[in-house]
Amino acid sequence: MSDRQYLNVLVRDRPGVLQRVSGLFSRRGYNIDSVTVGTSEREGHSRLVVAVRGSEREFGQIASQLRKLIDVVSVLPLGDQPAVARELMLVRLSVQPDSRAAVRGLVETFRCAVVDVGPETMMIQAVGDREKNDALLTLLQAYGILEVARTGETAMSR
Amino acid sequence: MEPIEAMEIVQAAERIETTDTGEALRQRLLRRERISGSEILLRMLLLEGVECVFGYPGGAVLYIYDAMHGNPDFRHLLTRHEQGAVHAADGYARSTGRTGVCLATSGPGATNLVTGIATAHMDSVPLVVITGNVATSLIGTDTFQEADIIGITQPIAKHGFFVTQVEDLARTIREAFAIAASGRPGPVIVDIPKDVSAASAEFIYPEQLDLPPSLLAPVPPDENSVKALAAAIRKAERPLLLAGGGIIQSGAADELAQLAQGAGIPVTTTLMGMGALPADDPLWLGMLGMHGTYAANQAILHCDLLIAAGARFDDRVTMRLDGFAQRAAIAHIEIDAAEIGKLVQVDYPVQGDARLALSALNRALDLDAAERPREADAISPAVRSWLSLLSAWKKDFPLRYRDSDEVLKPQYVIEMIARTTGGDAIVTTDVGQHQMWTAQYGRFNRPRTLITSGGLGTMGFGFPAAIGAQIGNPDRLVVSVNGDGGMQMCAQELAVCAIRRIPVKIVVINNRTLGMIKQWQELVYEGRYSHIDLGGSPDFVLLAEAYGVKGLRASNKQEAEAVWAEALATDGPVLIDFVVDKDELVYPMVPQGERLQDMLLGDPDLYGEKKEEKQ
Repeated sequence: MSDRQYLNVLVRDRPGVLQRVSGLFSRRGYNIDSVTVGTSEREGHSRLVVAVRGSEREFGQIASQLRKLIDVVSVLPLGDQPAVARELMLVRLSVQPDSRAAVRGLVETFRCAVVDVGPETMMIQAVGDREKNDALLTLLQAYGILEVARTGETAMSR
Repeated sequence: MEPIEAMEIVQAAERIETTDTGEALRQRLLRRERISGSEILLRMLLLEGVECVFGYPGGAVLYIYDAMHGNPDFRHLLTRHEQGAVHAADGYARSTGRTGVCLATSGPGATNLVTGIATAHMDSVPLVVITGNVATSLIGTDTFQEADIIGITQPIAKHGFFVTQVEDLARTIREAFAIAASGRPGPVIVDIPKDVSAASAEFIYPEQLDLPPSLLAPVPPDENSVKALAAAIRKAERPLLLAGGGIIQSGAADELAQLAQGAGIPVTTTLMGMGALPADDPLWLGMLGMHGTYAANQAILHCDLLIAAGARFDDRVTMRLDGFAQRAAIAHIEIDAAEIGKLVQVDYPVQGDARLALSALNRALDLDAAERPREADAISPAVRSWLSLLSAWKKDFPLRYRDSDEVLKPQYVIEMIARTTGGDAIVTTDVGQHQMWTAQYGRFNRPRTLITSGGLGTMGFGFPAAIGAQIGNPDRLVVSVNGDGGMQMCAQELAVCAIRRIPVKIVVINNRTLGMIKQWQELVYEGRYSHIDLGGSPDFVLLAEAYGVKGLRASNKQEAEAVWAEALATDGPVLIDFVVDKDELVYPMVPQGERLQDMLLGDPDLYGEKKEEKQ
């Protein structure tokens, strides 16, 4: 596993709260792999999952600095091996009809899905941890990648 | 000119202290009725106990200023620049311990506050900064005088509120005050669009705050961490206390003195911590760091237990970290968890309010007030010999300068001010050489007597801060020490001093150069002086007189004593232009990028004589 760790951050839905969180990362020079954000189980609150790369000390610093933000309700470190970490990735490929079967084979192996097919393109949806999606992307390169959109990992402890 | 306004300010302060009329006013302010957002704002400020708002009007705050018109309860000081207003609010807050308030319009009014907000943030000063903005319907359309001040100040403020509807205004103001003063204090911005200050609503005092209660309660320290530190103090042979601004902020000076005196621990203070222990206390070693005393910096190098309290290991304090307290176990008493371990590896972390933590520590060491102070023999022989080593350093390497009867030395001026004011005056400084000389040669016997921009190092801060300090302390002597550079960065506020008869004694340490920059160019850049000549600056005496402030000048010791005595005897503001030696340098000095052990003492003759005497 990498030296990536996750922070589960519950914030109040207030104007500018995302700007404050992301501003903190850039101002203090933290290495952030990804930030995901969405509504949470609590009304008026959102949950952010921050994937951080760095030393234990840096990780502690980020958590402490986040806790100082007024609209941050809680910061929960998930450790470096959270039970579940998943990222959604969409990939548009340039695929001639004769290659479609090969792509479908890959899709099956990686347990992802074809969500759109055009005359010369295919769109693939993959859900998995970051490493798995990286591996899939490497294999798909052979087919001409037109566009990639990744959400970054969200995570939850078991 | 009649001193009416100054009298009014004094009366306002008295009125708030008188419970009877204060209670009557409070009941009147709490009345439930339909009023405008602007009136809600003023009522909430008064209910928060605000005695003076420092501000400057403009288009987006016209409704707020209209509500002030004819309002007998509300005090507002019109500065000559928004930067003057925010620094004045800051000086008020630092000198009183209460939250300072300033008010400016949208766009340029708001952006002119930015330096002051950053200044307050770096030194953890509680401010509520109110700005107007364009109407909500126009936000984001690049309207005349529109600026996203909440976005601009996001990295330099503790928090910011953009008020979108009048119903939220009262609660937001209460929350802003609560956030500004709680925990590690800091500036909070409240941005109020013009339509919100114009709209009306039923005024209901917000009893409930939409904030986590944990945010507002003082943070008590963990008992086990206090016990561990107490055990370390008992064992230590060369303990040292490093007191920072957190001691002043939390009102922990008595607890600090109890610990230091009870356990026989010497104390060094940061620039922000000056006055945490009285300068007259024999345990005080002076300021440490880049321009610290020999004794204080040597103590850092030789201590075996360093207890930093309310300090954040700023680079001007530690210098190169691999040369800082290498022989010591480090304890850190600090309210902000993010500061613990940020720069220095800590062996004894104690997270919490400095006053609560120190009193818990004193209890754990049986030093609390109920007990008699320890007898000298309760202090171990090892600690006693450490204390005598430090006294020897203090005696052999005091702060010294070469005095002169012909030219006036800046250090002499600072010593003279300290001697004549007994360490009780509130002294504000600007930034540069005079700031360091004030820290070195001033005597600060009480907390909140040195008001200076330590973290951000803001030129132009000192003089408006003195105005705010005087408003907050109408009966105290307030001295504003400036360089000739910084004096020109907020000189326009002389008008406020003159018109409102604010009796600040304005000192200009005039060396006709940007002295600290010159010093670095001399010592680090091999004498390549670049753009440091301030010759051609205005005649400060004439400048003061032009504004209606009395101006005096001195160029040698005799004149200095005479004009300073005259200034102290003058009932009102005075500017004194002390024309000093332009080549004087601040020593000792640890050059940037060096270790504390590499300090330069300056003129070797000054200490050479001393050493010979010893032999």
